[in-house]
Amino acid sequence: MASLIGFNSLLFGFCFAILTIIFGIKNFRNSNIFDHKIIFFTLLQFIFVVVSFIGLIVAFINSDFSNETVFNHSHTTKPLFYKISGTWGNHEGSLLLWLLVLTLFIFLFLIKSKKQSKKYRILTLLFQQIIIIGFFIFLIKTSNPFNQIFPIPMEGMGLNPILQDPALAIHPPILYLGYVGSSIIFSAALSAGALNYISKEWAKHIKKWVLASWVFLTIGILLGSIWAYYELGWGGFWFWDPVENVSLMPWLALTTLFHCILVLEKKPVLSSWVLVLSISTFSLSMCGTFLVRSGILNSVHTFANDPERGLFILIFLFCLVFLSLFVFFFLHRDDNENTKSFFWLSKETSILVNNWFMMYFLTVVLIGTVYPIFLEVISSKKISVGPPFYHKLIVPFLIPFLFAMAIGPKLKWVKSELQNKINLILFLVVSILLSLLIIRLLDVNFLLNTVLLTSAFYLFFITLRDFFIKGFKNLSQNISHFGFSLLILSILLNNFFSSEKIRNLIEIETFYNTKTKINFESIKRKDKKNFKAIIGKFNIENSNGDIEILNPELRIYNQPNIVTSEADIKTNILKDTFMTMNLVQNQEYFNVRYQTKPFMLWIWLSVLLISFGGMVSLFKKNEK
Amino acid sequence: MKNKIFSISLIFFFLIIFLVFYKGLQNSNIYTPDLEIKKNIPTFKAQIFDTSNEISSEKIFNNDQYYLLNIWSSWCVPCRDEHPFLVYLSNKKNLKIIGLNYKDNNKSAKTFLKKLSNPYELIFSDRDGIIAIEWGAYGVPESFLIYKKKIIKKIIGPLNKEILFEIEEIIK
Repeated sequence: MASLIGFNSLLFGFCFAILTIIFGIKNFRNSNIFDHKIIFFTLLQFIFVVVSFIGLIVAFINSDFSNETVFNHSHTTKPLFYKISGTWGNHEGSLLLWLLVLTLFIFLFLIKSKKQSKKYRILTLLFQQIIIIGFFIFLIKTSNPFNQIFPIPMEGMGLNPILQDPALAIHPPILYLGYVGSSIIFSAALSAGALNYISKEWAKHIKKWVLASWVFLTIGILLGSIWAYYELGWGGFWFWDPVENVSLMPWLALTTLFHCILVLEKKPVLSSWVLVLSISTFSLSMCGTFLVRSGILNSVHTFANDPERGLFILIFLFCLVFLSLFVFFFLHRDDNENTKSFFWLSKETSILVNNWFMMYFLTVVLIGTVYPIFLEVISSKKISVGPPFYHKLIVPFLIPFLFAMAIGPKLKWVKSELQNKINLILFLVVSILLSLLIIRLLDVNFLLNTVLLTSAFYLFFITLRDFFIKGFKNLSQNISHFGFSLLILSILLNNFFSSEKIRNLIEIETFYNTKTKINFESIKRKDKKNFKAIIGKFNIENSNGDIEILNPELRIYNQPNIVTSEADIKTNILKDTFMTMNLVQNQEYFNVRYQTKPFMLWIWLSVLLISFGGMVSLFKKNEK
Repeated sequence: MKNKIFSISLIFFFLIIFLVFYKGLQNSNIYTPDLEIKKNIPTFKAQIFDTSNEISSEKIFNNDQYYLLNIWSSWCVPCRDEHPFLVYLSNKKNLKIIGLNYKDNNKSAKTFLKKLSNPYELIFSDRDGIIAIEWGAYGVPESFLIYKKKIIKKIIGPLNKEILFEIEEIIK
């Protein structure tokens, strides 16, 4: 029943997309006043998609296995929370969620953009509806979440246990808010480009959208990373996995776009940058969807390898790319573009310089992700691109990037002199000394690491000082930049000071080492609703005599039958201690891994701080 | 005015990307391990780990014996996860495990083996990753089950319980 309502409601939503386009075109041509029927239509469209989405949720809650999606991804013994989150934990449901956010955002956009010109609003609506229609067709034709199966199975297949996790339950919706937010920016930028509407005022208006999607994207990536950290049990937070990369690329583009818009707000320059970046942010989001959903790349996000789906997204993606190329080359004119008038020492120059760096990082990630596919197709050779590639290409360039980030905000718009030179140099000296002290203790590449650490410390101190001298002026920027320096610092220190011990241990066995003593005390077994747990109790004593008790867990899920290893992580301000145990086939012992990871908490906190900066800026604008 | 050549070449560029992705899409099934492939193993010469001797691959892989070629590295975290499985498999009589040490430095590879024990009959060094490419490896860890000089199963990513069962079934 719920499925039936859901499907029909989806069809109605599709009809309204067509209706909106027809009325939109009519309104665009004929009259000078915005037709309020259109807002009403988009509202109705949104409501229909909501109903459809609720229909799917209800089917999941009731474990209605006549619905194919529910059958494939749910199970009666699953806790209610995961039944609901299972709605978007699969390909079909997540696309429906995507559509939901798309229709919500265009409705919000129409309400929020009343001050803008009529033509611009309608054209944005039209572009957005094209995207919406694309998704409607994709959903109905290749990934209908409401497919029926007969005879009705008694029991479902279950949700992949590693997806049964609170962080992952909210990760997709948040990430989608970011991705789909970029679709509004895409449509708005295209229509502004086509109408030559890109101006200071437009920048002020679109800035909110850019900020909002940027905040959501940042938090979405953070959640995914946190999940990978404790659920996959590898003990790292970023693996340069293609799936992570495809979320990082739109983030880089969006961050760059945001900085361009800041310049555009002050000076009518960089309009081509803004247009190209808006297009690439959304194209990269779509490209990411294509790469992970089509099965070209293998990952946890590859819900099903269906070439038809991949082909559809691919064609759709390139239609959008060619549409935007058309707009960019034939409709957009940048008359007042005059980059040469930039004085070399000014805020906009430093932003432009860092934009180029961001573009470089983006290119590295893009090539690392896509090149293996190209090579395979062209020469059927296979290569793998791993962390060493990214580290070698990205890390050295972080140094000038961080310095520019420290100095740039100190400069004034248009033309400036560097003030407080003594202070700036003083901080540099302090950073160098501090880095030397730290690096001296370690057995790592001396020069590179010292300079890198210096640049991170430098940004750290400069932004920290700005909190005191600037106060509330530019607070949001300062918070984000401070967060970024904290992030780089924590990552570096985490890298330097992490340690790891791996041992095969049986119950009541103890492992000694000069620094630590790992005592495997006991094993407990527990029965939970959807899994059986084997919980180890470990007693860890370090050289200072501090004792810690860690309880890593093995979970044997019943539906589907999968064993997962749950790390036990004790977090405190300075470090995480991380322990996993793994079953070894036909052996009495467990493979036990004990890791100490300093400053993990700070990595998460600093990313939160970065996005918090964005939020501050968002709310500040709203008050005015 | 914008350069026409530029716009046309950009369009061409995107068309090429489209075609490559399109072709890539049809290749996508390679990711599912397929028993039907049965490709011949590539021949290569490589340095034996921690020595300066070179050995040709033809001398190692005998006909009537199962081999598991495992690509590993001490910097690769999932390799640690699969290591116990390899140790377990190394006790099987009719299976020999050959290691391919991928883009690693000798010192840390040695400590890795010392810590986790050494399941390998023989280890090759693949300092620059070329041999792994010849094998068509996607990354580390990756394992190839070999019989009669043919690859009968390819395991992408770390070994796990189910794959272990499968391998045990095959070599029975």
